[in-house]
Amino acid sequence: MSLYQKTAHELHQLLINKEVSAEEITNSVFNRINDVEEKTKAYITLTKEQALEKARNVDEKIAAGEKVPPLAGIPIAIKDNICTNGVKTTCASNILYNFVPPYNATVMERLNGENVVITGKTNMDEFAMGSSTENSGFHTTKNPWDLERVPGGSSGGSAAAVAADQCIAALGSDTGGSIRQPAAFCGVVGMKPTYGAVSRYGLVAFASSLDQIGPFTKDVTDCAMMLNAICGHDPLDSTSVKNDVSDYTKFLQNDVKGLKIGVPKEYMTEDLDPKMRKVIEDAVVKLSNLGAVVEEASLPHTEYALPAYYLLAPAEASSNLARYDGVRYGYRNVDADDILEMFMKSRSEGFGSEVKRRIMLGTYSLSAGYYDEYYNKALKVRTLIRNDFNKAFEKYDLLLSPTTPSTAFKIGENTDDPVQMYLEDIFTLSVNLAGIPGMSLPCGFVDGMPVGLQLMGKPFSEGTMLRAAYTFEQNTEYNRQRPAL
Amino acid sequence: MISKKDVEHVALLGRLKLNEEEKEIYTKQLNDILEHAEKLQKLDTKDVTPTAHVLPVKNVFREDEVGDHLPNEKATANAPEKEGNYVKVPKIM
Repeated sequence: MSLYQKTAHELHQLLINKEVSAEEITNSVFNRINDVEEKTKAYITLTKEQALEKARNVDEKIAAGEKVPPLAGIPIAIKDNICTNGVKTTCASNILYNFVPPYNATVMERLNGENVVITGKTNMDEFAMGSSTENSGFHTTKNPWDLERVPGGSSGGSAAAVAADQCIAALGSDTGGSIRQPAAFCGVVGMKPTYGAVSRYGLVAFASSLDQIGPFTKDVTDCAMMLNAICGHDPLDSTSVKNDVSDYTKFLQNDVKGLKIGVPKEYMTEDLDPKMRKVIEDAVVKLSNLGAVVEEASLPHTEYALPAYYLLAPAEASSNLARYDGVRYGYRNVDADDILEMFMKSRSEGFGSEVKRRIMLGTYSLSAGYYDEYYNKALKVRTLIRNDFNKAFEKYDLLLSPTTPSTAFKIGENTDDPVQMYLEDIFTLSVNLAGIPGMSLPCGFVDGMPVGLQLMGKPFSEGTMLRAAYTFEQNTEYNRQRPAL
Repeated sequence: MISKKDVEHVALLGRLKLNEEEKEIYTKQLNDILEHAEKLQKLDTKDVTPTAHVLPVKNVFREDEVGDHLPNEKATANAPEKEGNYVKVPKIM
């Protein structure tokens, strides 16, 4: 087994036992990138020089007898909407094609504190708007399991990079499923923590009341290690919350006895692909056999989540994206005679079509005369969706569902019909509306493509989710399978 | 129904310059999306409080202390056009 194939916790043991150096690990990962990046196109920017420098720095610390943190020397990829000081951060948009942040996002400060090695910045749908990376302003990332299929999105580059062993772990962001859906499509573990668990400072804003940063990893143990590094209160983000959990790895117990899990019937409808249903039902049987109490549950307002989301997220986006005006950073049209023309030309030439569509939709639903009918109505429906979850969690510790209605679709299959593309997020976006944590873990295959099992929990119950996920993983082999590239 | 005229109005509010083809496409697609959203009108939400934010936190205050800040050169380093330490833009008036 090559070093690049290993998990972070395995590599950490090798490092502290001085069996390998961080430089060797980093070189192994970059050799792998060299071999397969042409096929997957997972990255936008690679930072090999800085990565090797950091790795040598970690090696010096270990040689000097210093105790290094669990993620020290581990090569990690970062979604290109997370600000990295001195390293281009484009959001896969032509309007930010040359933007070099003069500061770090808080998650980057935290990873730097752990002495993590950053491999580069990963591809995504422009401004995180999309479910396939086809909306990237630069290129489409390919699914490592089948290069004719999408890796999911918007964090498709991060998911593909982890699945193809082009990094050991990655960070993404999730506004309506942008971590969980690509994790499912690429057969890796992805977690969207509770809203407020991770600082959003330095995450380029899409929909501020829904956005959350989270990890992609090869297994559940690495997921817990990543949460340890990134969770916690940050004075620079007034929506970040103080959290008592000091070590998520304590929840990695191979035991689900007595755990009450609900399966919302609205997620297991007739429309669900029968092969997908079978895989999910097998997972339910597995968890029941391991001692969990699994029952049918109900989230009655599920069908309203998608329309509510597609009014609220674009409304917030239209406001957040007003800052791209060609004045202080990014692309500017230089032919404009006055400032209004400069704004309009710069934005029209810099934004791609999905971003413009969402700015239009959001601006419309917030405009005079339509606010009550659309935006305010959607905010009220959001309350109903939250209430559904609150009620379900009176009875259950966790909810379980497929992460997506089908496995990864073909490149180009959904690009002409925005509503069809939005339907890809149907099982994931309620979690963002309710602000609760959600994770996807590998639970099987349909026709050779990975299937994701979604767990949803009460606010700040990431520990319970990790425990259930760890138990499932310890008793199955799905996470150990890797695509042949 | 959203008309092409509505699309032109919204584009101006959103500071987007659309060509004729884009106006046609967005008119159709926005209508499709809003038709899907009509479903929400079926729900009675008369007595429901809107959720703008999921957290119970309000008025997050902290001490007003001077901390680190970006020096001017760094803060303006990404500007497409500069004059000295100022960002330069086309005429406003």
